[in-house]
This record gives sequence, C-alpha cells and structure tokens, in this order.
Amino acid sequence: MTPTDTLRFAIRAATGYPLRTFLMVLAMSIGVAAVVVLTALGDGARRYVVDEFSSLGSNLVIVLPGRSETGGFNPVNAITGTPRDLTVEDAQAITRAPAVLRTAPITIGTSEATYGGKLRDVTILGATSDYLKIRQMNLAQGRFFSDEESSGTTAVAVIGTKIQSELFGVDSAIGRVLRVGDRRFRIIGILAQSGQGLGMNADEVVILPVAAAQAMFNTNTLFRILVEARSRAAIERARTQTLEILKARHDGEEDVTVITQDAVLATFDRILGTLTYGVAGIAAISLAVAGILVMNVMLVAVAQRTGEIGLLKALGAPGATIRNAFLAEAALLSATGAFLGYALGQAGAFALRTALPALPAYPPDWAVVAALATALITGLLFGVLPARQAARLDPVQALSKR
Amino acid sequence: MPLIELTGIERVFTLGDSEVHALHALDLTLEAGEYVAIMGPSGSGKSTLLNLIGLLDRPNAGTYRFEERDVTTLSADEQARVRRERIGFVFQSFHLVPRLTAAENITLPLMLAGIEPAERVQRVKQALADFGLADRADHRPDQLSGGQRQRVAIARATIMRPAMILADEPTGNLDRATGEEVMRLLEVLNASGVTLVVVTHDAALGARARRQISMEDGGKVADIQGAGPRASQALANGSG
Ligand SMILES: Nc1ncnc2c1ncn2[C@@H]1O[C@H](COP(=O)(O)OP(=O)(O)O)[C@@H](O)[C@H]1O
Ligand SMILES: [Mg+2]
Repeated sequence: MTPTDTLRFAIRAATGYPLRTFLMVLAMSIGVAAVVVLTALGDGARRYVVDEFSSLGSNLVIVLPGRSETGGFNPVNAITGTPRDLTVEDAQAITRAPAVLRTAPITIGTSEATYGGKLRDVTILGATSDYLKIRQMNLAQGRFFSDEESSGTTAVAVIGTKIQSELFGVDSAIGRVLRVGDRRFRIIGILAQSGQGLGMNADEVVILPVAAAQAMFNTNTLFRILVEARSRAAIERARTQTLEILKARHDGEEDVTVITQDAVLATFDRILGTLTYGVAGIAAISLAVAGILVMNVMLVAVAQRTGEIGLLKALGAPGATIRNAFLAEAALLSATGAFLGYALGQAGAFALRTALPALPAYPPDWAVVAALATALITGLLFGVLPARQAARLDPVQALSKR
Repeated sequence: MPLIELTGIERVFTLGDSEVHALHALDLTLEAGEYVAIMGPSGSGKSTLLNLIGLLDRPNAGTYRFEERDVTTLSADEQARVRRERIGFVFQSFHLVPRLTAAENITLPLMLAGIEPAERVQRVKQALADFGLADRADHRPDQLSGGQRQRVAIARATIMRPAMILADEPTGNLDRATGEEVMRLLEVLNASGVTLVVVTHDAALGARARRQISMEDGGKVADIQGAGPRASQALANGSG
C-alpha cells in the first residue's frame, strides 16, 4: 500500500467514527492550547518585569540605603527600609568616581497639587538636572532643571502628561504656577508620555528640585541614588567605586546596598523564567494524559475493528501495512489536535493581550515547538502499541469476531 | 498439474486440557479450474480446511503445496502476498468495511497490491458493471441488500483475478433465491477458469458442484466426481 493510500485509509477511518475522533482531537488540542496559553502568560509576566526595569535607563547602578544581608539583590530591600541616610552630598561624591558618568539622587513622596480650584493626589519626585538623561526620558514641552535650579530650592517643577491634561486641560501648563502642598512652583517642562517605571507612573508625577522636595518633606535623606556608569563594561567598576566612596563617607561602614540593573534583571528573569518552565511542565502533563487517551482510544478502535483487520489480512495485507494504517490514524488525530490546539492557544494568548494590554503575553517559540513536537511524538508513541497489536492479530480469529 | 496438494494434514486446537483434532490425516488434491463443494455436518472441519487452503492458518503437521510450491514454510508476509495475488475469499457474513462504499470496498485489494489509482478506478467500474452494481457504487453496506452485499464481496474477491476463490457458506445469510443467484455468479466465474471451492452444509447447493467432498470428524469420508453443474442443477431443480 502506498503512503498516500495509507493516509487516505486513515482519514476515512478517522472520519468514519466522528465522536471518537472529536474526543481525541479535543483532548490533544486542550493539552497543546494549555501549553501555549500558560507559557504565554508566564513569559508575558517575565517580559513585563524585564521591560519595566529596562525602562529605568541603561548602564544603571542603583544605590539604596541599608545593607542587604545576602549581598545580592533582595526585592524586599529594594522597596522598604531606610536605616542609614543617603544624602545629596553622597551623590555628588559618587559623581567624581572615574567609572561614573553621572548620578541622580532622588527622593519620593506624595502630596496634593492644586491649580485653578482642581485638586489631585500626585507623586512628588525630587531630582536633579541629570535625572532625565539617566532615565532616558524626554520632554514634551519646555525644559528640565538647570544645574543651578537643581542644586538650590528654586520653586520650579516639571510635570507628567496626566497632570497636564487633568489640571490644565488643553492649555499648556508651561509658565503656570502649581500649588503643591502649601508651596508654589512655576512649571517649566512637561514630560513626554512614558508610562510605568520604578514602581510609579511617570505620567502622574511632579518633579521638583531635590532640595525643594526634601524641604517639603522636611528631610535630608534620599530614596535612591541612580548612578550611570560610563559604559556597559564599566558597570561593575562603577559599583565597586560607589561602594568604596560611600563606605569612606559613612565612617568605614558598608551600610548601603548597591545593585546593578543587570543583577536585578537577571534575578527577575531567572525567577519568572523558572515559573514559565514550571507552568510549561504542568501543561505538558495534560499532553501526556492526552497521549494515554490516544492509546486507549486506539486500543478500543483495534478491538472494534478486529473483523476489519481480519478481512485486510485475508485480502493479503502484510502486518506492516496494518500497523502503518493504525499508526497513521493515531498520527493524524494527534497532528490535527496539535494544530487545532496551537490555533486555540494563540487565540487564548491574543485574548489575554486584549484583556491585559500591559502584559506582552506571547508564547515563547521554544514552548510552541515543544508543545507541537510533544503532541505529535506522544500521539505516535502511544499509537505504536495498539498498531502493533492490530498487526499481530491472528487472521482466522480476527475474522470470526463480529 | 495440481493447483493444491495437501498430504497428511493435521490441525489440532487445544482448549484448556482437551485437544480437538479439527483435521486428521487429510490428503486432498485439487486441479486448477475445478469446482468443489465441501460438505459435512457442523464441526466436521470444513472451515478449518478452507482456512488452511487459503493460507489464513497453518497445519500442525503435513505439507501443503500450492501451485507446486511448498507454502507451509513461507513467512507470514510471503503468505500474505500469495493471498493477495492468487486467492479470493467470500465469507458467510460478507465482511464488508462498514464505513466504506461499495466501490471503496472493491478497491481494497487493488490498493493493498499498490495498483495505480487510474487503473483501479477503471477496474472497479468494470467490476461494478459486471456484478450489476453500477448504480450502487457510492452506497455503504448498510444501504445494500444481502444479495447486493455478497455481490460486492464477490466483486472484491475477483478484482485481483485470483487463481482460486474460497467461499465459506456464501449463501448462509441469504434467502434461497438470492443464494441461487450468488451461486450462479460464482459458477460463471468458475466457467471462466477460476478454481472454486465452496463450503456448504446444504446438500442441494453442494450437488451443483462437479466434485463433492464430504467430511466428518476432521477427515474426508467421500470424494465424488459428480456429473457437473448443469446436470446437478437439473437434479436440484428436479428435487426442489
Ligand atoms: N480456534 C479454535 N479453537 C478451538 N477449537 C476450534 C477452533 N476452530 C475450530 N475449532 C474446532 O474444530 C472443529 C472444526 O471446526 P470447523 O472447521 O469450524 O467446523 P465446520 O466449519 O465444519 O463447522 C470443531 O470441533 C471446532 O470446535
Ligand atoms: Mg464452518
């Protein structure tokens, strides 16, 4: 029997028992769809976090107050705790390190901003002239702080697009005076739209000169110092030099944590990458279940079609022909299920992206390839046993089965 | 030249502790073109003999020469090839594949033999016409009458132009008139030179054959060269 005929025979057999075929294709497609959707979710989460941190800027070294016990990056430390003060002077000292290009001391707080009777809760960010360059952010209008403005307490402010649109509407806010808490600031620039970053929405922020912000919150400590290394290769040197400088300035005590963006990214990448693999593994179990289902359904098919197998033998079909016919049928059903599942999975991932636009829920290529390959291989593997059983049937006994 | 030579055939089935001698010390020679009826009571070994002749089964002892070749020692695949090319089967229960149409059922042997699709279509069309099934080509077995089903089965058995047709109770599931019609079809095939072996326990049907072999308890008890189909038909008509 030619391969074409074998395939045609298998197709006729598959379509001849529509319910059985439907159930098997369904089981296989659910398995594949699960792998595609769940890995899309896992990898989407990973990419979301990685993008988030990448948007901080490049060649970044972040200094946070307090010593991390492990020395590595600890997400809890990154968010909470300020046991020893970081100051603007610390930042200025770091700027003088050879591997460091520029620094941006920042302080963060919340307050209320009012303009023309409209009031809004805002995130206050105290920053200096280099902040914009380090974060690689752009202005939509106006200008950012000059060096003099950022070192003093000049009452100037740069606002996010959302503040502009909500408090000023279509009129430009440039030159207007915004009231923040009980102080007044003249708006000199508006940030270009950029979205999330550093745990806050840059569109809803009011940036003040760091000294002004510190004065407003009545503190002289910093939330972070962002340090930009001169190059990618200089990141590690910038880190050590920063640590040395701060240690020297803090009476020989290493009371800060200096993390590199790469380390943060690598950690999240690893955590979420592992998560994706785990999820893929769980989904793969459903594929294995589908494989076992394929086997049982094919065994039932062999039992049901014993008479037919006997007939084929009487007509002179060698064992190999019968084995191939049943294998082709199993492969056909698995392949149909796999491709249907792939389409379903992609549709599911698309639905996820539509529902959660922030999440780049695309299934990774390796997961798609692995899911399809596993489906086809399990289908074939689990099809071998029933097919061999069919090929080995005794013709006389098979013919006597009705 | 004998088509079939069976010598000292033994076929023993073991059922638990007991042994059933389905065939015992059986010798049989069939010439090409013969028309033979194998008769005998139920359980006398008729089907077992037919399965052996058709290479569906192997004897426990004895030799089987088919077309002057010892076929008992052939591998399963080599035996399959002989069945494919030289032997056609007709069964009591038709054994049509239920999901396939009449035409597709008749095509099966051609497909198994790897014959070109174009030639297949041609030959199946001819066969359908020969057996009066032209307007039933696309019907599935459950849409056909018993007689039509057996005609499809005979068309399938002959599509490879075998040397021999083996029919085990071919009229067992048919009414008398339809059975006669099916027997006539088989006899026409025999008249064209195909060796025909029919198993039956119906004496009237058996009497139509030129040669009647009677079996009992796994052995031949009578082997009569009769007067031929025309005479036996007259005999059957006279008695009926
Ligand atoms: N597969 C088998 N297993 C055990 N006994 C069998 C088997 N096939 C046939 N027999 C026995 O062999 C004897 C002959 O059977 P069979 O050739 O079918 O008889 P017939 O066709 O003449 O009715 C019977 O006694 C039957 O029970
Ligand atoms: Mg019988």
